Amino acid sequence: MQTLLDFYARHSRLIDQIGVNAILALSLSVSLQAGQLALAQAAFMGIAAYVSAILALNYHWPLLATIVVAVLVSTVVAALLAYPVRRLRGVFLAIATIGFGEIVRVIANNLSITGGAEGMSGIPNDATTPVIYGSLAVVAVALWLLSRTKFALAVALVREDEYAARGVGIDVGAIRTLSLALGGAIAGLGGALYAHASFFITPNDFGFARMEQILVWCVVGGVTSPVGAVIGSTALSILPEAIRFLADYREVTNGIILLAVILFAPGGLSSLWSWRRGARRDPARANA
Amino acid sequence: MLTLEHVSVRYGGVNALQDVSLTVEPSHVLGLIGPNGAGKTTLVNATTGLAPLAAGKVSLDGSRINSLPPHLIARAGIARTYQNIRLFGALDVRANLAAGAYARKARLTKDEIAALLERAGIPGLDLDARAGALPYGDQRRLEIARALASSPKVLMLDEPAAGMNPSETTRLVETIRAIAASGIAVLLIEHDMPLVRAACDSVVVLNFGEVIARGTPAEVARDPVVVEAYLGSGAEALA
Amino acid sequence: MLAQQLLNGLFLGAVYALFAVGYTLVFGVLDILNLAHAAIFTAAAFAAFSLASAAGVPLPLAFLAAAALAGILGILLDRVAFAPLRARNAGTLVPLISSIGVAIIIGAVLRGIYGVDERHFTAGGLDTAPVIHAGPVTFTTVELTIFLAAIVLMLVLSWILRATPLGRRIRAVAEDRVAAALLGVNLEWTIAATFFIASSLGGAAGVLTALRYNSVTLDMGGPIELKGLAVIILGGMGSVTGAVIGGFILGAVETLAIAYGLSEWRDAIVFGVMFLLLVLRPTGLFGKRALRAA
Repeated sequence: MQTLLDFYARHSRLIDQIGVNAILALSLSVSLQAGQLALAQAAFMGIAAYVSAILALNYHWPLLATIVVAVLVSTVVAALLAYPVRRLRGVFLAIATIGFGEIVRVIANNLSITGGAEGMSGIPNDATTPVIYGSLAVVAVALWLLSRTKFALAVALVREDEYAARGVGIDVGAIRTLSLALGGAIAGLGGALYAHASFFITPNDFGFARMEQILVWCVVGGVTSPVGAVIGSTALSILPEAIRFLADYREVTNGIILLAVILFAPGGLSSLWSWRRGARRDPARANA
Repeated sequence: MLTLEHVSVRYGGVNALQDVSLTVEPSHVLGLIGPNGAGKTTLVNATTGLAPLAAGKVSLDGSRINSLPPHLIARAGIARTYQNIRLFGALDVRANLAAGAYARKARLTKDEIAALLERAGIPGLDLDARAGALPYGDQRRLEIARALASSPKVLMLDEPAAGMNPSETTRLVETIRAIAASGIAVLLIEHDMPLVRAACDSVVVLNFGEVIARGTPAEVARDPVVVEAYLGSGAEALA
Repeated sequence: MLAQQLLNGLFLGAVYALFAVGYTLVFGVLDILNLAHAAIFTAAAFAAFSLASAAGVPLPLAFLAAAALAGILGILLDRVAFAPLRARNAGTLVPLISSIGVAIIIGAVLRGIYGVDERHFTAGGLDTAPVIHAGPVTFTTVELTIFLAAIVLMLVLSWILRATPLGRRIRAVAEDRVAAALLGVNLEWTIAATFFIASSLGGAAGVLTALRYNSVTLDMGGPIELKGLAVIILGGMGSVTGAVIGGFILGAVETLAIAYGLSEWRDAIVFGVMFLLLVLRPTGLFGKRALRAA
C-alpha cells in the first residue's frame, strides 16, 4: 500500500494528465465515430478552460458550478459550429474546424478578460485526481450507455454511408450536429478540468499543436474505437515519461514510435487485440 | 400509391427527365426500362429527394413529397435499393437490417428478422456475417431485406438482377412478385428483359428522359418506337 | 498608402502561394494532407543557411541546392510514411498521422543539429540591401528578388504540369488513379516526382522566407503551416491555379489587416475569410474536388 502511495505521490501530475487526456481523446472519438474529421476539440477545450478559469478566479465560483457552465458553453458553441460546416466533409471539414480553432486562439490572445497572450494563472488547483477520474468514469459510462441506443446505430450508419443512411430515414444533419455537440461537451469537461489541474493556461495550450496531439492519440489508439482513444492517449501520455532517460533523443524517439505504430498497425493499437472480434465490437450490433 | 406528375429534372443544361408521369399502385409491379442514360436512376433519385425537380410533382398516397428532404421521404414509406450496392459493408447483417428498420422501431425481433430474410430469399443467412463480405447475390438480396425492414409502401429496385445468373434471376422474379403480393407498390428498373417480362404487370419505357411507351411487357416489346430506341443496344432482347 | 500595402501583400502572398502549391499537389494526387510540408519548409531554410553561411556557398546556389534537398526529402517522406500505407489501402486519415510522425522526427533532427537558437545569414548584403523607390511604393532588392524567384518557380511548375509528359501523368493520376494506372502510367514514379516537386517548392518557400526576414528558427514553419491550409481551401483543393490566387489573396488580406491596425487579429481575419468562403462556396474558388465523404 505504501509503495502505491509513493508511486502516486511521485507521478500524481502524470496520472492527472492521463485522466484529462483520456477525456479529451474521447471527445474527438465521438466525432470520428460519426465519420467527421471535426478538429475543433482543442478550441472547445480552450473555451471551457477559460470560462471555468474566469468564473473561478474572478467570481469565486465553486468547481462544480464552473465546470457545468463551461461545459454548457462549449456544447452550445459546438452545436452552433455545426451549422456553417454542415455541408463540409473530409479534409474540408478538417481545415474549416482547424480555422475555427485558430480564430478562437487569436480571440483568447487578444481579450483582456482572458489575460491575453500571458493567459491566466492562479487558477484554484481543485481538480484533484478523484475529480478527474470521477469525471472520466461519468463520461465513459455515459458513452457506454449511449452505445446501446439508436443514436449509436445512426452514428455508425452515417459514418459508413451517408446516402444509404438518408435512405433509411436518418436525419444526417441532425446526427452530425448532435455528435459535434457531444464532442464539444466532453472536450469542454476536459478543458475545465485541465484549467483547474494546471497552475496557468495560455492561448497556445489550445492551439493546433494540442489538436494534433489529440488526433494522434485517437488514430494511434484506433480511429473509431472509444476504447482505442483511451489506450492511445494513455500510451502516448506515458511515453514521454517512459523515454525520459533518452534525454535529447526523446523527441525523435517520439516521432519514430508514432511512425512505427501507424505503419505496423494502421488500425491503431486497439485493433491489435480485437482482430478476432472485428465488426462485432461495432456499436451498431448492440442494437440489432 | 406513388404518383409522378409531369416531373422534369435538369442537370446543368441537360433535361435528364422531361414531363414524366407515372403511377405505381399497391400490389403492382411497374417496370421502368430504357437504354443507358435514359434517366431511370435519375427518376429514382428525384423521387427519393436526392435530385431537385425542375417541374412537376411527386405524391405518395395523395400527399406531395417532392419538397421533403430525403430522410423524410424515406420515413413516409419509400424504400429503395441502389444500382451499385450501398450496404453498410463494414457492419454485420443484423445491423444492416436494424438500419432498415431505424425509422420504425428500435429493435427487430428474431421472428421479424427471420421473416425479412425469408421474404428477400436469403433465409438462414448468418446474422453475424460482415455485409461487405457476403457473396454478391446475397448482398443484393440483403439490400432488399433492408428495404423491406422499414415496412415501406413503395419499394424501388434499381437493377437488382445486375450480375446475377439466369437461375438466380428466376428466383428473384418469385421474390419480387411475392413482395408485390404483400401489398407493396414495386418499381423495378431493369435491363434484363426476361426478368421484366416475368416480374412486371406493366412497363414504362424511357428514352432521353421522356416516356416513349407504356403497357404490358408484351405490348411494349412489340412497340416499334421502343424497338427503335433499343436498336443500338440489343433490340433482339425485347422480342 | 494602399499601393504600398498591396505590394507588401503581393510579396507575402507569393511565398504563401509557393508553399500552398506543395500542399495542393500532394492532395490532388493522393488525397492526403501532408503535415510534414512545414517541417520540410524549415529544413530547407536550415540547409540553405548551412550551405551559405557555414560553407560559403553563394546564395543563389545555396537556394537551389536547398530546394533540391527538400525535394529529395519529400521523396523519402513518401517512401517512409505514405507508400507502405498506400499498399495497405489505409485511407486518408492514417497517412496524415504518419506525416505528423515524420514532421516530429524532422523537427527533432533539426533541433539536434542546430539547437534552439535563431540563425541569421551572414552572407553579404541581406540587411543592407538597396532600397528602391518606385513612385508610391518602396521595396528592397531582396524583397523583389524573392518575389521574382517565387513567380519564376510557379511559372516553371505551370509549364511542367501543362506541357511536359510528366505533368500530364501527374494530372492523370490526380484525376483518376485507377484509370491512369490502367493506361500505363507508372504510379509510384509519378507520385515520387510529385513529392519532389511539391517539397522542393515548399523548401524554396522556406529559404525565401528565411532570406526575407533574415531569420532561421525551428518554429518558422508554424504560422505558414496553417495559413497554407487556408490558402488551399480558399483556392480550392487540388487546384494549382487556385493555390496561387488564394496565396495572393490571403497575403493581401493579412497585410491589409496589419496596415489597418488589426495586426494582432490578422490570423483570425485570415481564417475568418477562409471560413466564410468555405461556408459559402465549399469547393473554394477553383475547386476541382467536390465535397468528399470522410
